[in-house]
Amino acid sequence: MNRAKYETEAELTGKLVEALRSRGSENYTFMEVCGTHTVAIFRSGIRSILPENIRIISGPGCPVCVTPMREIDRAIYLAKKQGVVLATFGDLMRVPGSESSLLEARADGARLRIVLSPMDAVELAQQETSSTIVFFAVGFETTIAPIAVAVREAYRRKLGNFFVLPSLRRIPPAIETLLAGRESVIDGFILPGHVSVIIGTEPYEFISRDFKVPGVVTGFDPLDILQGLWMLLRLKLSGESRIEIQYRRAVSREGNVKALRVMHDVFRPTDSHWRGLGKIPASGLALRDKYSSMDARRHFDIPEMPDKKPSGCICGQILQGLKIPTQCKLFGSGCTPEHPVGPCMVSSEGSCSAFYRYAIRGEAT
Amino acid sequence: MCLGIPGKVVSLDRKTDTAEVDFGGVKRTVSMQLCPDTKTGDYVLVHVGFAIQKLEKEDALITLELFREIGEKYVEPGKV
Ligand code: SF4
Repeated sequence: MNRAKYETEAELTGKLVEALRSRGSENYTFMEVCGTHTVAIFRSGIRSILPENIRIISGPGCPVCVTPMREIDRAIYLAKKQGVVLATFGDLMRVPGSESSLLEARADGARLRIVLSPMDAVELAQQETSSTIVFFAVGFETTIAPIAVAVREAYRRKLGNFFVLPSLRRIPPAIETLLAGRESVIDGFILPGHVSVIIGTEPYEFISRDFKVPGVVTGFDPLDILQGLWMLLRLKLSGESRIEIQYRRAVSREGNVKALRVMHDVFRPTDSHWRGLGKIPASGLALRDKYSSMDARRHFDIPEMPDKKPSGCICGQILQGLKIPTQCKLFGSGCTPEHPVGPCMVSSEGSCSAFYRYAIRGEAT
Repeated sequence: MCLGIPGKVVSLDRKTDTAEVDFGGVKRTVSMQLCPDTKTGDYVLVHVGFAIQKLEKEDALITLELFREIGEKYVEPGKV
């Protein structure tokens, strides 16, 4: 970065903070719904420079955290099956299931492979023809589009040993549930940058139209976030409810049309359970008929499993923005990143983990 | 988990629909299937081995607009 730009950015940060501090005295609660925002906001220390009337809370923006325990248990069940290798993203390995995590299940014979890309799982199936590869597909729209491409590729290559255990979720229905469920305390949304790269802003328009709450699709640099907050505050001050885009270098109203087309070709909407939010209609995705032979839940006989919750863990309420991690009795004592009880502490993007690593005592409200 | 990393497209392989992308010195092969209209030299956002969007270089413009919004005079870098 050249010096002139650096100075401009520093100056701009100062001006933005000043603007946020000097306009409006009403209390506002803005929610972000993206794990990357959770971490970026903590890491940059933005909370500590905001005026007292602006509060940022985290919502259900971490895909690992919103995955119910039962879905982890299903993945563990398959990973222990003879001949199966379970491939998934590293973030899932340490999430507690009802009896163990995937990583701990290795001692009981579970075979695991961490992948960085869904295509790695497809390549694995191509190479290890004597194994059955199950890809435990967890993610929001950002990740769903690449997963859809990988599924199409496995289909094209006619791989008979590649299966998908989908645990995929869409952000807009979760926001709707948050707003509709109760007397909402949310005055505005910092909308996720990279989910929106794929879906655009049209799917959020109900937020401002039906609930009269504004939202700003925001990037991840500290300056992006400050500008996003400023745009939200400006909308509040003028009494307008709109969805605006701060992160314009990557996001458009229509999104990534090619990605949306591939997702639509491979997946159909289905009801899905979210930790903390319960069952949300059409918030998940299942493979369409054309690809259903790759559906691990059809191919394997997975027994019905109850949905348990780690005892004492209030992750579910944290994901709804109702509580903050320090209100959990286990936080920092019974539950730490080294010995996590719930997913919000396991995932590096979980609220509990972010609070644990970055929060300054007393500042974390 | 939705982290996207910006990188610069160094070369494209139309046959495999992949590209060499430079992330500040580290190069990786990335699938271009979700970003069909990308050219060499473009910046893309990469997530789980896929380019998910071409980045527009309009940061400077946003800055200018922003200064106007918060009612401050904007001086372009280098043109004091
Ligand atoms: S601190 Fe641990 S136990 Fe408490 S809510 Fe967070 S993840 Fe759950």
